[in-house]
Amino acid sequence: MEDTICAVATSLGVGAISIIRVSGNNALNIVSKIFKGPNLKKVKSHTINYGYIYDKDEVIDEVLLTVMLAPKTYTKEDIIEINSHGGINTTNKIMELLLNMGCRLAEPGEFTKRAFLNGRIDLTQAESVNDLINSSSDNQRKLALNNLQGTLTKKIRNLRKEIVSLIASIEVNIDYPEYDDIEVITKDILIPKLNNIKEQIKKIINDSKNSQIIKEGINVAIVGRPNVGKSSILNRLLDEDKAIVTNIAGTTRDIVEGSISLNGFKVNFIDTAGIRETTDVVEKIGVSKSKKIIKKADIVIVVLNGNEKLSLDDEKLIKSVPYKKRIIFVNKSDLKLKIMVKDDYIVGNSKNDDGLDTLKSSIITKLNLENITKDMTYISNVRQLDLLKKALKSLEDALNNLECMPVDMALIDIKNAWNYLGEITGEVYQDELLDTLFSNFCLGK
Amino acid sequence: MYDVIVVGGGHAGCEASNAASKMGMKTLLLTMNKNNIADMPCNPSIGGTAKGIIVREIDALGGLMGIVADKSHFQIKMLNNSKGPAVRSLRCQADKRVYPKVMLEYLEKNPNLEIREGLVEDLIVEDGTVKGVILASGEEIFSKEVILTTGTYLKANVLVGSENTPSGPHGEGRSNNLSDNLKKYGLNILRLKTGTPPRIAKDSIDFSKMSEEVGDDTYLTFSFDTKPVYDLNNQQKCYLLYTNDKTHEIIKSHLKESAMYGGYVTGVGPRYCPSIEDKVVRFSDKERHQLFLEPESIYYDEWYLQGFSTSMPKYVQEEMVHSLKGLENAKITKYAYAIEYDAVSSLQISPSLENKVLKNLFTAGQINGTSGYEEAAGQGLMAGINAALKIQGKDALILLRSDAYIGVLIDDLVTKGVTDPYRMLTSRAEFRLLLRHDNADLRLREYGYQVGMISEEQYKRLNKKKEDIANLMNEIKNLKLVITKDIKDIFKENNIEIPKKTMSYEELLKRPEITFDFLKKFTNFKYSDEVLEQVEISLKYSGYINKAYKEATKLQKIEEKQIPSDIDYSKVRNLASEARQKLSEVKPRTIAQASRISGVNPVDISILAVYLKKEYNKDE
Repeated sequence: MEDTICAVATSLGVGAISIIRVSGNNALNIVSKIFKGPNLKKVKSHTINYGYIYDKDEVIDEVLLTVMLAPKTYTKEDIIEINSHGGINTTNKIMELLLNMGCRLAEPGEFTKRAFLNGRIDLTQAESVNDLINSSSDNQRKLALNNLQGTLTKKIRNLRKEIVSLIASIEVNIDYPEYDDIEVITKDILIPKLNNIKEQIKKIINDSKNSQIIKEGINVAIVGRPNVGKSSILNRLLDEDKAIVTNIAGTTRDIVEGSISLNGFKVNFIDTAGIRETTDVVEKIGVSKSKKIIKKADIVIVVLNGNEKLSLDDEKLIKSVPYKKRIIFVNKSDLKLKIMVKDDYIVGNSKNDDGLDTLKSSIITKLNLENITKDMTYISNVRQLDLLKKALKSLEDALNNLECMPVDMALIDIKNAWNYLGEITGEVYQDELLDTLFSNFCLGK
Repeated sequence: MYDVIVVGGGHAGCEASNAASKMGMKTLLLTMNKNNIADMPCNPSIGGTAKGIIVREIDALGGLMGIVADKSHFQIKMLNNSKGPAVRSLRCQADKRVYPKVMLEYLEKNPNLEIREGLVEDLIVEDGTVKGVILASGEEIFSKEVILTTGTYLKANVLVGSENTPSGPHGEGRSNNLSDNLKKYGLNILRLKTGTPPRIAKDSIDFSKMSEEVGDDTYLTFSFDTKPVYDLNNQQKCYLLYTNDKTHEIIKSHLKESAMYGGYVTGVGPRYCPSIEDKVVRFSDKERHQLFLEPESIYYDEWYLQGFSTSMPKYVQEEMVHSLKGLENAKITKYAYAIEYDAVSSLQISPSLENKVLKNLFTAGQINGTSGYEEAAGQGLMAGINAALKIQGKDALILLRSDAYIGVLIDDLVTKGVTDPYRMLTSRAEFRLLLRHDNADLRLREYGYQVGMISEEQYKRLNKKKEDIANLMNEIKNLKLVITKDIKDIFKENNIEIPKKTMSYEELLKRPEITFDFLKKFTNFKYSDEVLEQVEISLKYSGYINKAYKEATKLQKIEEKQIPSDIDYSKVRNLASEARQKLSEVKPRTIAQASRISGVNPVDISILAVYLKKEYNKDE
């Protein structure tokens, strides 16, 4: 029999309330032992019940209990959520009581694992739960939610349907070769259809590059010669926005100076200290460190001193950044402008915050992110992306092989593509999948 | 006391009794009518897509069907010749009079085999173990193992329109009580249906209104051991014709009179071999359906109207047939009929084909829910082999899905069960690139030799072939074709792109348009065509073949993930109830087999895998 598990569902810390979730066959029994209020075994499902948590005779907290009975719950098991007053001590005390009464502390991702195993959600949905919880920007939340509702699943299922109808037609040709009334799927018919499916998968993969940006944030590097005002620009950008998430190391692979939320996107300013502090920037620009930073960044802001003429070093620096990620900011507009300002330059100064709004919005427009979130498919992780790429590769193999192989051979590649897509949604069973999958899940949900 | 009793002398029974007796078992073949041994009550052909490969596999394992077909057909061709090697398959028009005669000759050569007439109505059963059979006369015959290959004879009913006659195919008797008795012993019985089209008198057919279907112009054989005995240029023709508006009109207006649509049939018919009324109803937008006229024998003048099976009353059949072009004045010699019969649930059968409920009972062929001579013969062979192996105290021979179509067939039966008669299709085999017509001997002869179905001499030939293949592979690696002016000209003449530099024969053969046939213009190869073919296929399709082997190995790994036989599925929490019920019924031996059960979803497999890990591999 599955045991009953519990975990704190809200983040531990100082908050108005915290929620402890209990799931399993024994949830009602266990919670009843520490709760005084209505008889939980008699209350209706999906109700909120007022009462107190007791440790023997001592009142621990005044709480609201949400009682949800199987099967219409997240895990398809009985679930009780204890809404207690926040605070580490109270929360921990209630957890301790639950554990004493026979609950087991949930393993990372175990609620979601049960939801998946009990057939409540499919694999892509299970994965997006993880993202939803770890999301740190509005757009990411929206996309994860979108996915939880099955957008990716729907798209993949439609693709699989298209592929399987092709497979079926080819199979009929093979098994009934003497029936000339059946449409023969020749290469001429097959190739355009495969190309069409290939393009659809490509689009999902391309969208996923944006998913990455949404998940991890936009990485921005600020570069320029010494004393052009990089630090003050950075500080103004970070200071100005009160919803700063500062010093989160490890959210990207780089060290992040600070992050801000911008039109629903997370923007990470990556550490350019390595090149900021050198006196001879241009010389250093040529070396690997700066190249690496430019490569890692989605956007590179090149800062120029408006009060000085464009130097040879500035020109070299500009040239070293590819156009599609390059934004040029001419600083110190409060002083006399001595620089030739081109159309795509942004002019302003960090002292009076001139031009900083334009600078920010250009980060979004430069990446064409204005319309991105409306109908895009969200690939939540490497596993899904990898399988999509494999499916794409299989279709490309099929198309290549069709040049010199009979259709029934290329069918093998087409079937592979179909299987890979099935693995994404969990419709095709893969042995090692589960172990790797659930180790990635967050605690508590 | 016999070692093995085989009940029924159809295609499954012939192979089963041949295999058991060949492996040294004292075997009795019981048939209701000795003249009906290896009878072909339906189509006059052996083979076809996928089925032809089963015949090759039977031959590779030492069975009879291929050899007998080679000696009794009057037309043979390779299907799907224009497609890849994986889907090619032989089909022949077998002579319905000759085939049974040749089969009987072969059976009678077995000193261990006794053939006797008798109708089996019950089994001798003690404590869930079968000890022999009981005939309609009451006589008891004892044996260590019993193989039931009763075809469509269990409680058979023949249906023509509203006429319903208790009878086996073409007026033969039937077994009235055997299936009820099996039910009594705990077997689940299902009711299936199949049908056969009308036969037409040859001199009443106007062939000039139809197009000809001819045999191939190269010699072909099913068997790896026989030389062709037919006259290549004197093969019989078949004919192609079509239904038309008028035919469809007649069918639609009389639909309620057919046994099927009038509600007179309780059995479930085969999806892949529908009656003509089914085709007209289900594909109402199709203007015409294809039919073939095939001679049944060169010794009598009846022709088989393939694709026109029906359960309409006789007078409607007359109208239907006469609406066809060229059959306006046709004389029907035998009317079409549907036949329903009892079958056992294949989910109660283990992969060795022994029953899971009744010990020492094997079943094979239509009684297991299949359709087709070849499917029956393949099972019969395996039942015969496994009954003998069991008596010898050896492990059963269980072919994997990556070994043979026979493996696919049996795995499907015992894992998925059947709801309608099961027909083999190439699309049922996930590794069909490995399960080719051309390599059946390389795949299976070794097994045949190990169990004693393949002689020393056959085995030597196999090893010689393997050696030749290996040697040729080596030779062409080092053999180079230097591109001289003369050679360039030959390439040009044959419309083949000229290689830019000197290449090895191996590299050349990897190019799609270059074959050994073409390379023979430059070099003589001292190897047989079969050897050349193997090398050519394995080079040309090496990419795909290697992938398929990899996949097969991967599957074998999951196949090795055993499910303990004592597992209690009621204790596996969270399984969907349908999955729980199916798993308890099928009792899959491995995770891989479990994953193929219909109604068991990937999520259920995940749950099962997690459970097994938790319960059985705690130490890992």
